Amino acid sequence: MADKNGFFDLSRTTLSRRTALKGIAAGAGLALAPGFVRYSQAQSSAPIKIGFQSHRTGIGAAYGRWYEKTSAAAVKAINDAGGIGGRQVELVIEDDGTDPARGAEVVNKFAKQHKTDIVFGTLFSHVVIGSAPAAGENKIPYFVVSEGHHVASTKLNRYVFQPGITDVKSQIQSMAPWIAANAGKKVTQIFPDFAFGYDHRDYLPPALKAQGADVIAQIAIPPTESSFTKYFPQIPAETEVIYHVMVGPAVLTFVKELGEFYGSQRPQLFGFMDSLEAVDINSPGLEFLDGSHFWEGSPRYAQPDDSAAQKAYRAAVGIDDNGAAVGDAKDISTASHMFGCWETLYVVKKAMEDAGYKGPEDRAKLVEATEALKEFAEGPEHPQGPKTFNGKIHQCFGIQNISKVEGGKLKVVHKTKIEDGLYEPEGDYTTQAL
Amino acid sequence: MHFGPHLLLAALEGLVTSAVLALTALGLSLVFGVMRIVNVAHGEFFMLGAVLAWAISTAISGHPAIGFAAALVIAPLLVGLIAFLAEWLVLRRLNYNPESTIVATIGMLYIIQQLALTFYGPEARPVEPPFSYRILLPWFGYSGYKLSVVAASAILLVVTWLVLTRTRIGLIMRATQYDRETAQAFGIPVERVYAGVFAIGAMLAAIAAVLIVPISQAHYLMGQDPLLLSFIVVIIGGLGSLRGTVVAAVLIGLSDGIVSMFFSPTLAKIIATLAVAMVLVFRPQGLFGTTPR
Repeated sequence: MADKNGFFDLSRTTLSRRTALKGIAAGAGLALAPGFVRYSQAQSSAPIKIGFQSHRTGIGAAYGRWYEKTSAAAVKAINDAGGIGGRQVELVIEDDGTDPARGAEVVNKFAKQHKTDIVFGTLFSHVVIGSAPAAGENKIPYFVVSEGHHVASTKLNRYVFQPGITDVKSQIQSMAPWIAANAGKKVTQIFPDFAFGYDHRDYLPPALKAQGADVIAQIAIPPTESSFTKYFPQIPAETEVIYHVMVGPAVLTFVKELGEFYGSQRPQLFGFMDSLEAVDINSPGLEFLDGSHFWEGSPRYAQPDDSAAQKAYRAAVGIDDNGAAVGDAKDISTASHMFGCWETLYVVKKAMEDAGYKGPEDRAKLVEATEALKEFAEGPEHPQGPKTFNGKIHQCFGIQNISKVEGGKLKVVHKTKIEDGLYEPEGDYTTQAL
Repeated sequence: MHFGPHLLLAALEGLVTSAVLALTALGLSLVFGVMRIVNVAHGEFFMLGAVLAWAISTAISGHPAIGFAAALVIAPLLVGLIAFLAEWLVLRRLNYNPESTIVATIGMLYIIQQLALTFYGPEARPVEPPFSYRILLPWFGYSGYKLSVVAASAILLVVTWLVLTRTRIGLIMRATQYDRETAQAFGIPVERVYAGVFAIGAMLAAIAAVLIVPISQAHYLMGQDPLLLSFIVVIIGGLGSLRGTVVAAVLIGLSDGIVSMFFSPTLAKIIATLAVAMVLVFRPQGLFGTTPR
């Protein structure tokens, strides 16, 4: 259509000199306003900015909230003790919507727009896999708190680390002897149909086989599924143990429907706490869980033999003896995973101090300093337990807990050793160029 | 599990899906039938019903049945009010132009979804069912509440049919659906009928959500799947036809339940979408729909 109003007619410009001068003055004023001016003092007093890629919305939202709480508590503790190398730490939080594509965008935003020193905090495995390439391209260290085997598989890139939480392959290997000896030898496995679930699907059969047990059926369920009864007829009648690890907003429905389907005439149950993170085990309909066992990364309920470090950690994050938020007994935490944020932040502190980290130009030195770390002692910085760290595969190894549901609480009945979860490395990140 | 009990379980699950789907799709079908507009925000009214049910049932202490009953009455009324406001503020100003209302209702979808996210949060929160009774069949256990959902839905569908066919209000709605201009010439306040129908459509979706929320939790994204399935049901059944909607809902719900259980949920969705494609090609007005005048 013809340009009736002459918008594109350059000879009809109505910009006067006065208007142009006003515009330039306004632009200069804006540029000089607070927020645009960089720290003009020595760079050492500028805070260390950690880009926190949080699952604020989407299927991981329950974890996102608790990851933020735990990270804020850790940053406060670090800052109160003087910060990292004398510099205060600042968390810059962005929501990735638990979406891999958005995760990559967020990593790019941290690297290019916020210009944070590192990126930290991602949990869901498909988001980690989707975001890791962006971290590699931007050459920004990416510390994930994910549990997936993907970092340790050495298939991501040299900038991705998982030093604060153990991975699924190691967890399964540690659990297998106990399952085969105490739960049963014929196992049906129910897992979510995506990256993290595939780790369970792939690593359980060989681990159990080595202990003389067998996986007789594997049932994959989409993480966005809301109704589960349709999958239960696939569970073979000769199943001795149902092994379940579910994620997403519908986990409570999954456990409830399992109870409705079986009642008390059920096979043994061995679940990963993922199936019930942020859900109260005393919810109506979950009575049939009584007597069953769960893997826990870090116990939800306070245990009689809790270390002083564990007690201090729980108080700092703000969870009571039942693992719920202090002041809101209905707000159950994601205790088996969130400790990873606390410990990872302290690993970042150690690595930055070892590397003499001054700013983004030292990112390569930070990567090398992290790879040089060997072990983390149990204590205020690592309240979940002692860990070893393999710099070649960027993964830590630690202890696992097996808890029993008893009297409305979870009681730790078995703790594994670090050696139980060790496996042969599949590659070596240190041979990759930085 | 042997084939017989397996089929029974699949049929039961399919019936529950059909029950909720029939109510939700009926709301969409009424809105399209009478107003001739597509309401893309229909799934969000469904979600609002569930979220409000959570809010009401947690606000009322005591036996869960009281909270649930209150939610069953109050939540649909609130959702109806919100829908009424949306219609008055947005759709009426657009003169119910088909393309504009699609865009406008997509906007409403995002606004409602994000408002729920802001004020309700991203977590899925459970609502206690009014009663927990486990029916013990020889081969498996089944939730008594789920069966009551099927019964409740059937009753509500019968009530809706009675209102549509036996009352004056139903007569007015059907007249407006049949021929808007002539209805207006007969003195029927078409604008008010439109507002009322939009509200009733949203209320039906909300009631369906309140019924299903003790089974699955209330989550701000829960409106997306029902929206898709409702569209499938409405297209297959025929727009504006109550009988078509119910038949299509039972068909889609049962096939979803049975195919999901014997094959996979993805295959069930593929089959449902293929069915829509076939209907659109060979019988565009749907199984029971009438060709528009």
